Amino acid sequence: MTAVGTPMKRREDPQLLVGEGKYVDDIQVVGQLWMGMVRSTMAHARITSIDTSAAEGADGVHSVLTGSQLQEMGLWIAPLPCAWPVTEDMVNPPHYPTAIDEVHHVGEIVAVVLADSRYGAVDAAEQVIVDYEPLDAVASIGLARDGSATAHSEHETNKAFHWPLVPDPDALDAAFANAAQTVKANFVQQRLIPAAMEPRGVLAVPSPMGGDVTLYSATQVPHILKVMIAATTGIAESKIRVVAPAVGGGFGAKLNVNPDEILAVTLANKLGRAVRWTESRTEAAFSTHQGRGQLQTIELAADADGKLQGVRVHVDADMGAYMMLITPGVPLLGSFLYTGVYDVPAFGFTCDGYFTNLTPTDAYRGAGRPEASYAIERAMDILAAQVGIGPDEVRRRNYLGGGDYFENLEVPSTLVFDSGHYGPNLDRALELANYEGLKTEQVRRREAGDSKQLGIGMVTYVEICGLAPSRALGGLNYGAGGWEHATVRLLPTGKAEVVSGSTPHGQGHETTWSQIAADKLGIQPEDITVLHSDTAISPLGLDTYGSRSLAVGGVAIAAACDKVVEKAKQIAAHQMEASADDLEFAEGVFSVSGSPDQAMPIQAIAFGAFTAHDLPDGMEPNLQEQVTFDPPNFVFPFGTHVCTVEIDEDTGEVELLSYVAVDDCGNQINPMIVEGQLHGGIVQGVAQALWEEACYDEDGNLANPSMMDYLVPSAAEVPSMVTDYTVTPSTSNSLGVKGAGEAGTISSAAAVMNAVVDALSPYGVVDMDMPATPQRVWRTIHEAKNGGAS
Amino acid sequence: MIPAAFDYQVADSADAAIAALTEHGDDAKLLAGGHSLIPLMRFRLATPGVLVDISRISDLSYINDGGDHLAIGAMTTHRALETSKLLATEAPLLHHVASQVGDPQVRHRGTLGGSLAHGDPASDLPAALLAHGGSVVAKGPSGEREIAATDFFTGFLETAIDGDEVITEIRIPKAAGVGWGYQKFNRRAQDWAIVGAAVMLGDEPKVALVNMGSSPMRHAGVEAGLAGGGGSDAASVAGDDTDPPEDLNADAEYRKHLARVLVGRGIAEASA
Ligand SMILES: Cc1cc2nc3c(=O)[nH]c(=O)nc-3n(C[C@H](O)[C@H](O)[C@H](O)COP(=O)(O)OP(=O)(O)OC[C@H]3O[C@@H](n4cnc5c(N)ncnc54)[C@H](O)[C@@H]3O)c2cc1C
Repeated sequence: MTAVGTPMKRREDPQLLVGEGKYVDDIQVVGQLWMGMVRSTMAHARITSIDTSAAEGADGVHSVLTGSQLQEMGLWIAPLPCAWPVTEDMVNPPHYPTAIDEVHHVGEIVAVVLADSRYGAVDAAEQVIVDYEPLDAVASIGLARDGSATAHSEHETNKAFHWPLVPDPDALDAAFANAAQTVKANFVQQRLIPAAMEPRGVLAVPSPMGGDVTLYSATQVPHILKVMIAATTGIAESKIRVVAPAVGGGFGAKLNVNPDEILAVTLANKLGRAVRWTESRTEAAFSTHQGRGQLQTIELAADADGKLQGVRVHVDADMGAYMMLITPGVPLLGSFLYTGVYDVPAFGFTCDGYFTNLTPTDAYRGAGRPEASYAIERAMDILAAQVGIGPDEVRRRNYLGGGDYFENLEVPSTLVFDSGHYGPNLDRALELANYEGLKTEQVRRREAGDSKQLGIGMVTYVEICGLAPSRALGGLNYGAGGWEHATVRLLPTGKAEVVSGSTPHGQGHETTWSQIAADKLGIQPEDITVLHSDTAISPLGLDTYGSRSLAVGGVAIAAACDKVVEKAKQIAAHQMEASADDLEFAEGVFSVSGSPDQAMPIQAIAFGAFTAHDLPDGMEPNLQEQVTFDPPNFVFPFGTHVCTVEIDEDTGEVELLSYVAVDDCGNQINPMIVEGQLHGGIVQGVAQALWEEACYDEDGNLANPSMMDYLVPSAAEVPSMVTDYTVTPSTSNSLGVKGAGEAGTISSAAAVMNAVVDALSPYGVVDMDMPATPQRVWRTIHEAKNGGAS
Repeated sequence: MIPAAFDYQVADSADAAIAALTEHGDDAKLLAGGHSLIPLMRFRLATPGVLVDISRISDLSYINDGGDHLAIGAMTTHRALETSKLLATEAPLLHHVASQVGDPQVRHRGTLGGSLAHGDPASDLPAALLAHGGSVVAKGPSGEREIAATDFFTGFLETAIDGDEVITEIRIPKAAGVGWGYQKFNRRAQDWAIVGAAVMLGDEPKVALVNMGSSPMRHAGVEAGLAGGGGSDAASVAGDDTDPPEDLNADAEYRKHLARVLVGRGIAEASA
């Protein structure tokens, strides 16, 4: 029996479910000091004075340090890093862990209290009095573009960069000049607050004699963090250990180098005491980066039959107050996907990044790709309506490869799609959704003037993941590679250790990696321990984001296992006095072909490799191999989602009646984990369509920073999903796998909004902003019924 | 999100709680289920110096048959209300409304007395009390008094309860067989109502609205329409004489519209 392909239960879960999981906040160190952050209450202001005297006198307070005091202490040698300067002339204002004279968003740290307890630190922080001289706040990307005020007073404009991807401008102009049909649509990608179940937290533990420091952080990226801490603080990399203990979700929000991380490390080193901090939920809403924040304009050129001739896109992207680790790169990650699954002869994309006085943005599940997928998939529906064909038909007419199987196909955005087969995928989704039946029911309700109208929305998405071929990243001016490292060790007792450089924070790597290694090594998954998330145990790695773990890290593990088996084979051949070429390896046993009684289990060879009593001449003892895999190409999962909504015209409420998802992520290692990733991903996209939005007032204050007002949906709000799969293996890696972690989010917001707009189409509605709140939907209907006046 | 420092005492009887309130005055707050008070404290919108925990007074947790009414102890949880057979028959609206509050965790901790004392116009249970025409028994240093629901809610998060009084009991007139309806409109199952409408028919129809003013309210106009035999048409005035809050979910115009729709549906439900 093979482990790969079976829905094994996640080995991570029992500990987590009974509360045995050790999160950062569970780790206690004697003598620790808690940081309490004094945060700006103004979006844009000059700090005129900070009075710390009351706080300094408070119980249990060790010290209070203002931004300028911290700066004078020389704790860092560089501002917080932005690893993705997308253009050479990108504006990147220095972003230190604390503000010094000018604050640029509500929640920016202006002073740090150190105290014996968390409560003591927070209480004392409340007593620090900061005086501000308010400056005009740039409280939205629209205002940033207008430029009447600048988010940083030393800047002349809010523009941070202009980034074009227009492979053939003449062809693009010609496509639009000759088009029988054109569509132009503007979409708003509202800001979202990534609400991981575990808030962020840090604990830095110094060893004053040794000069090393260990940082425990709720991070997705311990390896990247280690490099960046070294670069920012000047502490030798070899003296820094970063551990990501149990991490309760990230969605990109834990893919960063944060002020608190640098403060904890440097203050711990300076004071010789452990320094820690755990964010509160409200603090998270202000200070941990947010997602999305784009204004998109997409134009389609098509012939009279709706066959696409060109796609032109412009995006204005809200950076927030500062460039965080990959802030400016997020829209670029989406840029390649604005032609979606379609055969488009001409393409052009431009993006302008703008600063605002709002919390910085950065990667959030899908990072740029949900935005892209939304724009093209919404625009395709508009095109279909304009041409007078169904949304399924407009897609079929435009699929790459005519909807048939293709591999290694170059698309106009200059990428080469590994493999695709869109036609049958759409067929399956429409069949599962009972599309024809739904349409009949929709007509029935429309004709009956039912107060509950049906809307049917579909999306065929493709996404780019498995980040990434290092050279491709280099081409985009990204500051790191995209490889992943694995070490596989067969221990003397026949058990194995798999060391992974990709760092799970809920994805179930331990389970999946053990399935891959079990089949490769011919041992039981239970006999495999997966080690990860600690730079002392797994020194090489590039962590988890961009749906890369399996397609890069998992492939590295498979390859390292192959190397272990190859070495074991040499030993087996030597000990059985046979030629290695005559050996077969199956179910963990090497046997000589033709003489089945001559056989050795791999466990025996592992012990032999350890004793080293009888190895081939010149062979090193032990069975341990490493592989660093740099993928030759990205992977391009795809799928079709069909969503049905019911709109109550009296209240404007949108109810999700059904959601069908037919995804294709190539070969699956653990179908249950794939299913879980899709469910969560889909709900996160649905959340953008119907519930979530970080709302700011005109002064740049966040109006909904708590879980009472920021509406993350729960299981009660979503229907039981119907999922199925087609399997089109990737040509980018030996396992034929693609990513599944972000796919759901990349597809579902557009599926829901296509359904909402479809339901309202009898009223002449062609678009609606997200989230489609009851009030917004009701008002749209109400205004349409009353001829535009409310 | 971390409350300011406070002292904590456990009261083992209503009298002990009253004594503690008398001793500490305005600085003290009763703590029942904590599901309204603790969020306020965490946002530092409330900073009481002393919390007097009354949630362990088991004598105040009961649902008794009082003859023409039900007598419900102030510390009775929402969960106990939603699972009470007696309530299901004799006060079906309250029984149902209790099941619509928050989520199961909230309902296991939150208490009827706490919800009423908090007096939040966005809460469900005050509307149920109003629609049932119930009353609240409060005990203070000078003894007990009974306050009619209509006199109980006096302003935004304000009630007729004095600072040294404890709610001990809630009385609900028996209403077996009376038509009732409750319509709660929210965006997620666990949330407070954006607007809600509680309807009790019977000889003297009562209609209470959730989140349509600064305090839980009855709607005289709709009630008059119902009394005059207007049926669901009575709902058309549900937005009148209201002063709904405006927030990210709804502006006043939309809330008034929702009130009309939900009252109409509530009347239809009650009449079915
Ligand atoms: C996530 C969440 C969702 C919720 N959703 C809803 C909802 O949908 N609908 C809804 O109606 N409510 C909702 N609630 C509020 C919940 O019902 C509260 O439990 C209830 O409002 C207060 O009851 P409590 O026992 O928790 O009171 P506490 O929070 O302990 O006290 C509230 C106030 O009443 C005072 N008090 C308490 N008991 C007495 C007494 N016997 N005499 C005098 N004063 C007293 C306290 O001093 C305090 O001022 C929600 C709460 C949460 C946390």
